[in-house]
Amino acid sequence: MTEAIDWAAFPDNRGHFGVYGGRFVSETLMGALDELQDVYERYMKDPAFLAELDRDLRQFVGRPSPLYHAERLSRELGGAQIYLKREDLNHTGAHKVNNTIGQALLARHLGKKRIIAETGAGQHGVATATVAARLGLECVVYMGEEDTRRQAPNVYRMRLLGAEVVPVTSGTRTLKDALNEAMRDWVTNVDDTFYIIGTVAGPHPYPSMVRDFQAVIGREAREQHVEATGRLPDTLVACVGGGSNAIGLFHPFLADEGVELIGVEAGGEGVDTGRHSAPLGAGRPGVLHGNRTYLMEDENGQIIGTHSISAGLDYPGVGPEHAWLKDIGRASYVSVTDDQALAGFHRLTRTEGIIPALETSHAIAHVLELAPTMRPDQSIIVNLSGRGDKDLATVADREGITL
Amino acid sequence: MNRIQQRFEECRGSGRAALVPYITAGDPEPGATVDLMHALVEAGADLVELGVPFSDPMADGPVIQRAHERALQHGTGLRDVLEMVRRFRERDAETPVVLMGYLNPVERMGFETFATEAAAAGLDGLLTVDLPPEECDEVTALLDQAGIDPIFLVAPTTSRERIGHLARAARGFVYYVSLKGVTGSQSLDPSALNERLDAIREFTDLPLGVGFGIRDAESAAAVARVADAVVVGSALVSLVEAHPGDSAGFIRAAADKLSGMRRAMDEARSPSAAGSV
Repeated sequence: MTEAIDWAAFPDNRGHFGVYGGRFVSETLMGALDELQDVYERYMKDPAFLAELDRDLRQFVGRPSPLYHAERLSRELGGAQIYLKREDLNHTGAHKVNNTIGQALLARHLGKKRIIAETGAGQHGVATATVAARLGLECVVYMGEEDTRRQAPNVYRMRLLGAEVVPVTSGTRTLKDALNEAMRDWVTNVDDTFYIIGTVAGPHPYPSMVRDFQAVIGREAREQHVEATGRLPDTLVACVGGGSNAIGLFHPFLADEGVELIGVEAGGEGVDTGRHSAPLGAGRPGVLHGNRTYLMEDENGQIIGTHSISAGLDYPGVGPEHAWLKDIGRASYVSVTDDQALAGFHRLTRTEGIIPALETSHAIAHVLELAPTMRPDQSIIVNLSGRGDKDLATVADREGITL
Repeated sequence: MNRIQQRFEECRGSGRAALVPYITAGDPEPGATVDLMHALVEAGADLVELGVPFSDPMADGPVIQRAHERALQHGTGLRDVLEMVRRFRERDAETPVVLMGYLNPVERMGFETFATEAAAAGLDGLLTVDLPPEECDEVTALLDQAGIDPIFLVAPTTSRERIGHLARAARGFVYYVSLKGVTGSQSLDPSALNERLDAIREFTDLPLGVGFGIRDAESAAAVARVADAVVVGSALVSLVEAHPGDSAGFIRAAADKLSGMRRAMDEARSPSAAGSV
């Protein structure tokens, strides 16, 4: 299926992954995106910049994150060995900081004094506010009003870090609307502002830039797995909203054809109910937020409301590289429902003493089904993309418990 | 010669700047749109720009965002907008109509279907805010065949190199976005504007329209002195909210506002006003 693909040739120099990706923004931003692409390409070849990035990842983020063999869960499921890539142990509690560290360094090299970001669950907002505080940059985070309620502790965390959190009241008041509002801010303040996008979506060069900053996950996991077992894993599993933790894990394995890649989308109340966030499973290609990708839209091309128990997956689009990997068959994408994700949340918490984020719980839920179908001499790496502290109120509320 | 060229020729001949109102189709309700278009033409519009409602209008400020939301509450889709154009054409065969919107509704309809149906409805131009010239080859080829002009934006941040590129892809007229920002942002500075327009004229003979930040007769007149066309959007659309549940009242108010702009623009261009720039 994927023979003879030169993986390094994607995206092309205008950001295309096959028919996906590209740069679909208003003219005002085109110059800023050209500038960003130039700077990014230059610094990613600059040994001094890479050394600075590496030092920050070690000393501030706490990398490398462990690859943990979940022995008890593996034994209970009676199939493949399950390894957890512990991105939840990063500073700020999720994979998001790998990218914000990198983009904030670029912002500083560009001389920008002001950082903006969008956030859904608040993890990317927290990771952005954190690096902005450390570098002394002004920080404004756009967050859907609905999400500011669902993720109140993260709102407070961002404010403690000195960020201004702007609740977005337009449209569906969730992540997609926060992204619209951040774009509007950027187009207005483009001279002094750097927009740190949190996922592998948006106009070129964001999808490949964010991927490259997150690919440290897969590079480490590959080396750690080989060190632990002497071989490559059989399967990688990660949750997919915009898709940054999944691409970060998958990308260094793309050329390893024997390694199966599985992305898990949010099935919400069930893909057949229409109340879900699974554009790869149930959407179709279109253009939103600067790139062509799979979208959830109606027959008039309007973006439709999404639903997921996890704010971080509640997004109607997905990174264009995932759209391409799906079409060429290199990765496959499944979905799990809110209820299945909750079951995964409890199972990992009780079995391994690790409370995963609700986003991550989707990946766990799929592994609960998948592992028993595999042999004990096979292995799965799951990206444990974030910790679940931020979700305790959501889970308690769902189960009728008042904290 | 198509309707857009014809109209700009007439304007040039009579020494006036073209007045281009923007309204969002289906706002405040779909039944009002065609009447509003005719009223705007009677009030002095030379070309009508019709916004296609979209769920995620990233380049628009709060006034036009709310207009899109109101139109979408009535389910106004791209096919409905083309039907409005067709009905407008029943009574007005001369005034050019340009759609302004975002790419996804057009992509969902299919570029080829859109081009065919839009031409049949009597549409003259299409401005897709999020379709830069780098990505437009397929669409513009189909629009060209159908006789519909692709209209492009030039921004204050556009480099000289890009202006050249945009000017080659553009037909009809070039739309200069006078501000960094979303629609309905702060007022513009007419003196800096002239310099930018001269820079664009090095690359194209197409008429130059200016929009974003024109909110009253005075700013319309100032722009009319230096540009070939004045685009006014948020200043008209905001009147909807002053007339809740009263489409007829909104139409009258929008037409009044536009005729005030028309008078001020024509005075600014009259021989007695020459030298006052």
